[in-house]
Amino acid sequence: MTEPMIEARALVKRFGSATALAGVDLAAEKGTTLALLGPNGAGKTTLVRILTTLLKPDGGRASVAGYDVTADPGSVRSAIGLAGQYAAVDELLTGRENLELAGLLYHLGRAERRRRAQQALERFSLTGAGDQLVKTYSGGMRRRLDVAASLIGRPAVLLLDEPTTGLDPRTRNDLWQFIDELVAGGTTVLLTTQYMEEAERLAHRIVVIDTGKVIAEGTAGELKDRMGGDVLVATVAARADLSRASALLAPLGEGPPQVDPDQQRVSVPARDGTTVLIAAGQRLAGAGIALDDLGIRRPSLDDVFLALTGNAGRPGDEPARGTLPGP
Amino acid sequence: MSASASYRSRRVPPMTPAAALRDTAGIAKRYLLRTIRMPAEASVLVIQPALILLLFRYVLGGAIKVPGGSYADFLVPAVFIEAMLLSGMSTSIGLALDLKTGIIDRFRSLPMARSAVLAGRTLSDLVRSVFALALMIVLGVAVGFRFHCTPAAAFAAMALVIAFGYAFSWVYATIGLLTKDPEVAQGVAVLPVFILMFISSAIVPVATMPGWLQPVARNQPFSVTVNAVRALLEGGPVYHWLWQSIAWSAGLLLIFFLVAVHLYRTITS
Repeated sequence: MTEPMIEARALVKRFGSATALAGVDLAAEKGTTLALLGPNGAGKTTLVRILTTLLKPDGGRASVAGYDVTADPGSVRSAIGLAGQYAAVDELLTGRENLELAGLLYHLGRAERRRRAQQALERFSLTGAGDQLVKTYSGGMRRRLDVAASLIGRPAVLLLDEPTTGLDPRTRNDLWQFIDELVAGGTTVLLTTQYMEEAERLAHRIVVIDTGKVIAEGTAGELKDRMGGDVLVATVAARADLSRASALLAPLGEGPPQVDPDQQRVSVPARDGTTVLIAAGQRLAGAGIALDDLGIRRPSLDDVFLALTGNAGRPGDEPARGTLPGP
Repeated sequence: MSASASYRSRRVPPMTPAAALRDTAGIAKRYLLRTIRMPAEASVLVIQPALILLLFRYVLGGAIKVPGGSYADFLVPAVFIEAMLLSGMSTSIGLALDLKTGIIDRFRSLPMARSAVLAGRTLSDLVRSVFALALMIVLGVAVGFRFHCTPAAAFAAMALVIAFGYAFSWVYATIGLLTKDPEVAQGVAVLPVFILMFISSAIVPVATMPGWLQPVARNQPFSVTVNAVRALLEGGPVYHWLWQSIAWSAGLLLIFFLVAVHLYRTITS
């Protein structure tokens, strides 16, 4: 195994009495994309802030491009690019001025930073707007400029914190394609996302984190295999039937049923799809529950994610639920 | 490359003073471009001290008696210093805004000097305050203020005002980093503007204040600086106030430089 470009070992971060990271391990090899998947508050941003030297960990260690983030933060900074959740560009500067300032702060010479700023404007389709103030840019243009600025120092490791949140589908696809190109060129990318689609589309490996802990890790395929086969999905006609349907389907599944009230859907992992489908139909019909849809499908990452983090009772979360027997 | 688990040793050379200066200049340029492109904010910084000058000169000044000399000659040096305090408020607001928009995160993730954002910000503040000071001199002369001294003494007096303003911009930087929100920063940054000006020898002679307040009013940095400036411009014993003003400015600069840079290193927005 080659030396990992991003590595975290037993990383801990506390804010007062709250534990943001409770011993996180992860690694990304050179020229790969690692997706950090998790809900809001899972600790994704905290992890990115530690890897980019913005925060000091309380325990464990982490390295980026081979440099320890605590012992040698200066070297880490010279090897990384960061694009955060907000477009961290100056509205009262032009796109080109923003890029040239970033180049100066990476200690590039004047000619070199001009050249790179021009290249970046071309690559991110901002040539026409390069000499306009950023305050005239659309949200998508700002985000592109932000990513361009994070790349001006040609970093070996690029960290993107929810890079496509709030972007329209076309800009998002452009950004995805661009990340693919970068990784093909040898850059190592870590990105955080709440979207399974994005993790599946971009990442070689996915780390699922929730409440500061890694709860699963693997390729998209490996994570799906953990579901143990297919998923039975029943969509009930009346929301009031959801909990009854869930109770009826529970004994059929390989794992606990997941209830999605918005979609009025109950899903359970099912190893022998056809048998389970027939049994489910009989049980629900016998109980007089009207269905909009009943079927078997391959698990999506959403299923995996819900199964891992979902409503089966998170320790410490919503203790009022209280239906789980104590140890 | 060895397969051992030990991390690489330092590859990047440590920050050199020349690199830190280039970083600082780049940041200062950014803030000056912002000032030029947002003239409304900059003009507020000039309008406020001008208003204070006109209010005290023509509305309240008639009721204030100062020993010897004209009230314009008494008041205008205080307005010079007040202009520094008012112009420096934008450092608090600007840094808090940069924290809020995430741009400080970007800077902190770059291989740039840890002091450069703050030094660049305060240097751009220095340029703005020199500009404000020049306008206050013109306005002061228009309302009756005169330099009754040698050009060297006038120059020294202005240098003292600017040194006080620059030192105080590090106080404002600290306020910006502590408050992290532009509106809260503005609310806090306005406090020294009023407290230091009014509890001082700036507007009225200290001898007219209650006895318990006089030691504070006489020895705080605004007072000793305005006294030194008046002594340089009008004559009278200079050195007593001069060294106190220099000591205050140097002390504020040193302490708040260290505090602000420490906050910047460890800040979480």
